[in-house]
Amino acid sequence: MDRDILLQFTDFGFQYKAQSKPTLYDINLTLRRGERILIAGPSGSGKSTLVHCINGLIPFSYKGSVTGSLKIKGRESRDMSLFEISHTVGTVLQDSDAQFVGMTVAEDIAFALENDCVGEPMLHDRVAEAAKLVNVNDYLSHAPGELSGGQKQRVSLAGVLIDDVDILMFDEPLANLDPATGKQAIELIDDMQKRTGTTVIIVEHRIEDVLHRSVDRVVLMDKGRIVADVPADELLSGTLLEECGIREPLYITALKYANVPITQDKHPASIDTIRLTDEDKRKVVEWYRNTGEDEPEGLTEQLVRTESLSFTYDGGTNRSINDISLEIKKGEMAAIIGKNGAGKSSFAKVLCGFETQSAGSIYYMGYEITPMSIKERAEHIGYVMQNPNEMISKVFIYDEVAMGLKLRGVPESEIDERVEKALRICGLWRMRKWPVSALSYGQKKRVTIASILVLDPEMIILDEPTAGQDYRHYTEIMEFLLDLNARGITVIMITHDMHLMLEYADRAIVFSDGRKIADDKSYNILTNGDVINKASLKETSLYELAGICGIDDGTDFVRHFIGYERKHKRGQL
Amino acid sequence: MNNIFNYIDKPSPIHRLSGATKFICLMLWSFAAMSTYDTRMLAGLVIFGVVLFRVGNIRIKEVSFVFGFMAFFLVVNTVMLYVFAPHHGSEIYGTSTVLFGSGRFSVTAEQLFYQLNYTLKFFATIPVVLLFVSTTNPSEFAASLNKIGIKYSVAYSVALALRYIPDIQSQYRDISQASQARGIEMSKKASFIDRLKAASDILIPLILTSVDRIEVISNAMELRCFGKNKKRTWYTERPFTPADIIAMVLCGLLIALSTWLTCLNGGRYYNPFK
Repeated sequence: MDRDILLQFTDFGFQYKAQSKPTLYDINLTLRRGERILIAGPSGSGKSTLVHCINGLIPFSYKGSVTGSLKIKGRESRDMSLFEISHTVGTVLQDSDAQFVGMTVAEDIAFALENDCVGEPMLHDRVAEAAKLVNVNDYLSHAPGELSGGQKQRVSLAGVLIDDVDILMFDEPLANLDPATGKQAIELIDDMQKRTGTTVIIVEHRIEDVLHRSVDRVVLMDKGRIVADVPADELLSGTLLEECGIREPLYITALKYANVPITQDKHPASIDTIRLTDEDKRKVVEWYRNTGEDEPEGLTEQLVRTESLSFTYDGGTNRSINDISLEIKKGEMAAIIGKNGAGKSSFAKVLCGFETQSAGSIYYMGYEITPMSIKERAEHIGYVMQNPNEMISKVFIYDEVAMGLKLRGVPESEIDERVEKALRICGLWRMRKWPVSALSYGQKKRVTIASILVLDPEMIILDEPTAGQDYRHYTEIMEFLLDLNARGITVIMITHDMHLMLEYADRAIVFSDGRKIADDKSYNILTNGDVINKASLKETSLYELAGICGIDDGTDFVRHFIGYERKHKRGQL
Repeated sequence: MNNIFNYIDKPSPIHRLSGATKFICLMLWSFAAMSTYDTRMLAGLVIFGVVLFRVGNIRIKEVSFVFGFMAFFLVVNTVMLYVFAPHHGSEIYGTSTVLFGSGRFSVTAEQLFYQLNYTLKFFATIPVVLLFVSTTNPSEFAASLNKIGIKYSVAYSVALALRYIPDIQSQYRDISQASQARGIEMSKKASFIDRLKAASDILIPLILTSVDRIEVISNAMELRCFGKNKKRTWYTERPFTPADIIAMVLCGLLIALSTWLTCLNGGRYYNPFK
């Protein structure tokens, strides 16, 4: 037997107890010591289930029937205990808040050792060592609330590394991070792997971001099966990603639009490795010259205006906003961006009246609305929270959507009419009698949007509308919002997703440390180095592609791409 | 943000005591205060408690919410005590010195004295409990519970509950704001019943999301071997120092003092009316 094989799936399958069909079929996968693999796939492809099989939560916490074999270091995993598996496979969970079980950084890192009865002075020494490895040693006594998303993830990593595991598995490590922090996270994982020689599994659907550093293989999953297990260069030269509903790297999409053939020998895995021939570059330049058109006419009617708006939480300066003056035009679709704690949500909350500003004024269609209550403002400005589960309090969809009207004492017949309209717009009319619990995450999101729309606001603000969604659901939600926008509703999105902003927002307002630092067309923002740094964003690979092809005006290239992409998506090309 | 029940990290001699010491001292102190109705002893404990509060560097403002909450219950309790047993004091002390009024609700010196003692008991224990809560790191508290023989899984869940209180507070705030926007009235404009109904509409999403969260946390804990062994070690556990021993001996002496007073008074009550 090969001693280097850490993990071996043979004809493996799994079916959850409560489900009628298996979630995984015919899984054959081998992982050798020191390898780095990326497991990608859309939601529902079975990749979370595969993660649970590898770390032992299946079959120990989630029950069901296993077929075939999974060997971990040569032993059948079924015959091992969850704790034995944990000493081999360390998992860094997607939600680093939830993984954070200790009161402080040090205790959290120590957690696994405490459970293993490691005593003093070993315990303190090893914690210090692990903290140093991921560079959180200055924060040992900090509570989770005092850390940034990236720091929390480092702590999670230290808490797993401390156990000397053979395999490090990262479950969607980029999901809760802003673009720049996500990039650093991938670099950290890469450096850690190089230093310790650990085997690494990254599970992610944001392929372009992971491939910022190289991996040995990409395992692509779809509908419970592995559909590819190949080097990244090979995968990106084919069409499988598109077929599975995974977003290709943007530079690949641009090259395809320009009819550049993508082959393995061009090393398309990353914008840093790609080699284009002169012929390819010429095609890109030609495509650039032939696309692009006039900007749609700017909107002029003002809906909301804030003047020197400031607000501070009792707790301190974090999340506060300072001297924000901006305008929102009627019918606009705009994004508010910036890193966590920059004050994006606080701004929205002050706008909706959840919090009261300490200085400044808010005008709605020219009227000062500060004296209006939360309830009154909601009839003009709706707010949709990030997590739909936080907004849903009724059992049935119809009741949930009708709630706001019932509480306002609207007559029954009018309620019926307005709820029907809202449900039809959101594509939920057919399901109106369903219980909310039967819906998927994306559908729940639409229920919460419907429950806001029913109040007939002129504008809705959505906090991270697509967080945690794969490309297919992302597109579904965003196209739906675009449709709402086309009906005349002003849509403001709070996000740190650069694709979203680039593709769907005409304008981006950038916050940093509670101040507005930029307010411009999205493509201008994402090609402005200074703003990118301050807001913890990342330059888009399209800009680099323009550079490679010798196009001087990278910003204009990005603008052409977006225009083309929008038409392409809506089937106008 | 006003924390309802939370550790306040400050340097002080009391913070430096080990969690187990503080827990044992709290138990001893409470027992001493519970077992006696001797006014002198209780008054002494109240003064001692206030001094400790200063030593622990905790300001009344920081715990005012809980303190006010408990004081409210004390007032209700005292009134009830009088309404239901206006002559309990006379029964205890064996005499009845009517100060004013007549009949069932006549006010006697004995009753007032009894209720004074009752109130002193409150002021002798509550500040110490608050002091314990605000000077003991929750995980140290868990470690100390474990040290005195409580199963670590139980002890840890106590710490974890305390760990998540701030998160749940802020989540409650978010959910309640969004619900108010949809028309749930939480302000004083709404009637009490309406506000109660409104609160349930907010609690449902809060509970459901908390259940999701619990699943994720328990998975995260198991993946890091929580529950593997019968025992576990604690990062925050500290060995006893001389200060710990002194603190425990002092609190032990309180028990002795209260027992001695009980013998001296021939019962739990100090009787000045004899």
